[in-house]
Order: sequence, then structure tokens, then C-alpha cells
Amino acid sequence: MGMLEAVILTVITAATPLLLAAIGELVTERSGVLNLGVEGMMVMGAMAGFAGAYMSGSLIVGLALAIVAGVVMSLLFAFLTLTLVTNQVATGLSLTILGLGLSGILGEGFVSKPGIKMPKLEIPGLTDIPFIGPILFGQDALVYFSILLTVAVWWFLFKTRAGLVLRAVGDNHDSAHGLGYNVIRIRYLAVMFGGGCAGLGGAYLSLAYTPLWTDDMTAGRGWIALALVVFGTWMPGRVVVGAYLFGFMTILGFHAQALGYGIPSQFLSSLPYLATIVVLVLISMRKSLVSIHTPACIGKPFVPSH
Amino acid sequence: MRLELVKRPEHSVLMAVLSPLIALILTVFFVGIVFAILGKDPFHALYVYFISPLTESWTLEELLVKASPLVMIGVGLAVCYTSNVWNIGAEGQFTAGALAGSILPVMFPEYANWTTLPLMLLMGAIGGALYAGIPAVLKTRFGANEILTSLMLVYVAQLFLDWLVRGHWRDPEGYNFPESRVFSDAASLGTFGDGNLHYGIALAVVAVIALAIVMSKTIKGFEIAVLGEAPRAGGFAGFSQKKMVIFAFMLSGALAGIAGIIEIAGPLTQLRPSISPGYGFTAIIVAFLGRLNPVGILLAGLLLALSFLGGEAAQADELLKISSKITNVIQGMLLFFVLACDTLILYRIRFVSGRAGAGSA
Repeated sequence: MGMLEAVILTVITAATPLLLAAIGELVTERSGVLNLGVEGMMVMGAMAGFAGAYMSGSLIVGLALAIVAGVVMSLLFAFLTLTLVTNQVATGLSLTILGLGLSGILGEGFVSKPGIKMPKLEIPGLTDIPFIGPILFGQDALVYFSILLTVAVWWFLFKTRAGLVLRAVGDNHDSAHGLGYNVIRIRYLAVMFGGGCAGLGGAYLSLAYTPLWTDDMTAGRGWIALALVVFGTWMPGRVVVGAYLFGFMTILGFHAQALGYGIPSQFLSSLPYLATIVVLVLISMRKSLVSIHTPACIGKPFVPSH
Repeated sequence: MRLELVKRPEHSVLMAVLSPLIALILTVFFVGIVFAILGKDPFHALYVYFISPLTESWTLEELLVKASPLVMIGVGLAVCYTSNVWNIGAEGQFTAGALAGSILPVMFPEYANWTTLPLMLLMGAIGGALYAGIPAVLKTRFGANEILTSLMLVYVAQLFLDWLVRGHWRDPEGYNFPESRVFSDAASLGTFGDGNLHYGIALAVVAVIALAIVMSKTIKGFEIAVLGEAPRAGGFAGFSQKKMVIFAFMLSGALAGIAGIIEIAGPLTQLRPSISPGYGFTAIIVAFLGRLNPVGILLAGLLLALSFLGGEAAQADELLKISSKITNVIQGMLLFFVLACDTLILYRIRFVSGRAGAGSA
């Protein structure tokens, strides 16, 4: 296997969890809700996914449990911010703190247990094509799913009536409410979708990226996923580009270290975080590009009038 | 049955006082349930977690030691949140302050006289303020989201600290341990009492008093409140939102930086790869639990210091043997309940049966 091929393969596995979490958060934010608890939902997904797969021996059970964990966490957030109209920023933060703690407590018995690794799908013939084969036709199921999900979200948001309503709720909740749409219910659903995706993204970390469970194993990826939504200016296609760019940043660190250029490992590890800052600045400078797509009601509380 | 919020004609003063207490009671109740689910005796667990750290004089001292960085950072963050500026990277500014303040004792250990400590504190404040200035400037110049940039800088600061104590700043006589040299007496705050009590704690109290005066008695305090509640009105009054972002970030960064160098010059006396159990993040909860009010923050700081000590006690207890992550669970839960109970100040909650009353929904 060539160097370039190895790099591309690892970039894909590093990008997939980011993409899954970011695409879920994109839908949440499009409905006008800012959930800063992605990190907490993701780490719960990572723990639940690992625990489910370890105890049942089935990856499907693990993935299902991860989604449930993410959705349950997101429901906590939804109840507070939507039903009790609490501050979304502070509530999201507490969701992250809670998730990091709860996953540590519930996952205590699974630390340093051998994990189950998601198998790469192989299509006889196609996978054997040199270079392109393993990259295009030799990935695990969630890699393909993340791309399909992105397309589906794009189609839903921009080609269906339900998607139009969701965007309307995010852009002007008062008008949407006036037209008879149940703003709170739609936002509940969007937040739950975001939670499920974050849970799945977390499970990808503990079942495919590094098949084991350790405390805080998301290491800020939930926050990077949040930044990716801004980077992608709330457009699914651009979020994919961003996720793969960040996957590349993460992997660059590993490979540069292996080649031993004498760059300190700490500097390479900080690359994704520094890149996030740079990218946020670059994208925010192009104000028109951002403002067109930013959901106008993002983060604003809504109390239905009667 | 559904929940419905009915806006109160005016803020409920009763609820403003009661809501942190209700939140605390709910947290204790649900933590008990969590312990029960984990198969531990909830009454024993709650005693170990919340009461046992208060029963001995050295643990009471430790409570003050842990509360002081929380309070110091918390009052700074309160200024941010009151003015609607979202600095959540205090943990990074704490680290930056610890590093900047350690330049003297680590690189110039022979410079040891009565000016050493004040200079270290000053450099800690500058380090924290400058580090907090980065997200502030990125926000005002380019409109970059300060929540995300300030948080990313936490990871960067921690990795930088890790690099220094394993590399250039490692103690040459330290048998290769990833630790800096131990600070000289002139560069340490010195401890007294049974444990780690140090004079840095007084600075936290000074910060509370200073901020309490600024917030309630000065034009600056008025500006902070107006820009938070009604930015447009603030603009008409001639207050600049951009200047406020810079001010709030750099003030809170400076306070976090001082807290950082106090932690190093006080209890730790040297730099290590990990210098904080998460003070910068917990201080966010402290700020909210304290109603963004300096005096409230003083009380909230003591309570959350207890959550750290309780976590350590629960980990060490023979019967419990629970991961210290329980501290995160309790802190997250507490913030949840505080936010939920705050709703009661502005709204009355009405239960509506079935779909009746959902006329316009």
C-alpha cells in the first residue's frame, strides 16, 4: 500500500465521526436551535456504542444504543431550552459537562476491554482495483452511510415541503407559528435528529476509529463539529468538504510524527484546534456568504403566544 | 398533559432567592438516585460526597483553597455573561496565566527578592488577558464566533504547557519527571494551617469586593448591564459593543490568569502537565449558580469546591470506590437545574390537560 493511499484511508476514518455529528447539528441549527452539547452527546454515544457492542457482541446493537444515548441526551436539552426556554448556550455547556461525567461513570467497567472493530465492506472485484478500489469500495458501512445521510439531509432541507417548514421555523419562528406550524414540536424533532447523529458519530470513534473506550475519548471533536457547521455556512455539501479537511489535519499530525521531522507531537496534536480557529476567521470574514445562510432565529428563545 | 409557560407580570423576587436552593435540593435528590442506580447506598454516598469534606479542619481549609480559583474566575466570567459575551475558554486563560507567571521562577530562578511574587502575579494577569484577547479580537475584527475560538484555545494552551514541562522547562535535576523546577520561597505564596492554605485566597475576596462595587456603583457596571440586556439601547447611549467584548474578555482573562499563577505559586509550587481539575469550566457553573452576582458567586464557589472534594472523597471511600467523574455528573446536573429553576423567576408554569388550550398551536 502506498503512502498516499494510506493517508487517504485514514483521512476518511478521521473525517466520518466529524461529518456525522456536524450534519446532525446542521439540521438542529437550521431549525433555529444552537445545541452546544454535541461533545457531551458524542461521548455518550461513544460509550453506549462500545458498551452495547461489547455486551451483546453485535455491532448493530452497539450502534442502536449509541443513537438512543444521543437522542436521550438531546431530549434533556430540548426539554430545558424549548419547553422551559432556558439559555441555549449555558444549557448546551451543561449537557457537555454532564455527558463527559456520565459516560465516565457508566463506562468505567469497559475501560481497556477489547473492542469490536467495524468490518470494512469488500466488493469482490471492485475492492481489488489498485488505489481506487480500497478507497472507494473498501470502507466500513458508516462511511457510506455518512455520505448518504448528507445527501438525504440536503434533499430533505431543500427539496421537500417538510424541509422548507423546518428552515422557515429557523428563520422566523413567529411567522411560522402564525402560519399554524408547531414550532416547538418541529424543533424537538430537529434537536433529536442532531442527538442521534452525534451519538452515531461518537460510536464511530469507539467502534471503528480506535475500537476501545477511554474517558473523554472525543477530545473536542464535538466542538470541531460545531465549528464545521459554521465553516459549511449551514450547507450540507460544504460541511462534507470541511469534515474531510479536518480529517486531513488530524492525520497530518500522525504521519508527520511517524516521519520524524522533529516537530513536537504537542504542536501536531494542536493542529486541528488551530485550524478550526483559522477556518472560523476566514469564513467569518466573508460576511455576505455567512449571513445569507445563517438561520435568523438561531439561539433565540420562543414562547408560543396563545 | 402539557406544560405551558405563562409570563409573570414582573420578576418574582421570591423565586430569584429560592431558585438556587431548589436547584441544589433537586440535584442532591437526583444524585442520590444515580448512586442508587449504580448499586451504592445513596445515604452513605451523599454523606461521603456532601458532608464528610466538611467535618475536618484540613478539609475545610482545602475547601477554601479550591474555592478561590473558582470565585476568581467566576466573577470575571459574570462580567462576560452579563454583557452577553461568551467566554468559555477560561481554562485556557488559567493555563496561559500560569505559564506567563512562571517565566520568572523557571527561567530566572536566581531573581528572588520581595518583588518576585508581585511580578509573577502581574505577568500571570497579563498572560491571561492577552490570551483572552485573541478570541476577543477575532470576534470584533472578523466576527468569528467567540464560543468556539475561546474553547479551541483551551486545548492549545494545555498542549503548549505539556510541551514546555516535558521539554525546555523540565527540571534539570528532576530525574526526567515532566515537571518544572520547584519554585524558591521568594516565588511561592507559602502555605499555613494544616493543609495548603495560602494568602492567594485573599485576592479572590478582593476580586469579589472590587467587582461588586464596579457592577453596582459605577458607570462601567451600568454599561455592562445595558449592553447585555439591550444592545441597541446601549448603542444609542454611546456604549460600544466591540469595546465591551474586548474589555470583558481581557478582564476575565486577567482574573483567570491570576488564578492560574496563584495555583502554581501556592499549592503546586511547580508546573506540571496537568495543573487544574477543570477550574475554568466549573467556574462557568459558579457564575450562573451565583446569579452572575459577585456575592452569589462567592457562595457558589464554595459549593462547587465542595463538589471537587466530594468527588475525591467518593473515589477514596472503601464502600463507594466511584470514579471522580461523578463530580462532572453532579456539576452538569446542578447547572441544568439552576437554569430550569431560573425559568420560574420569569414564568409561571401551568399544566394543561390534553390538547385543550392548544388553540393556536
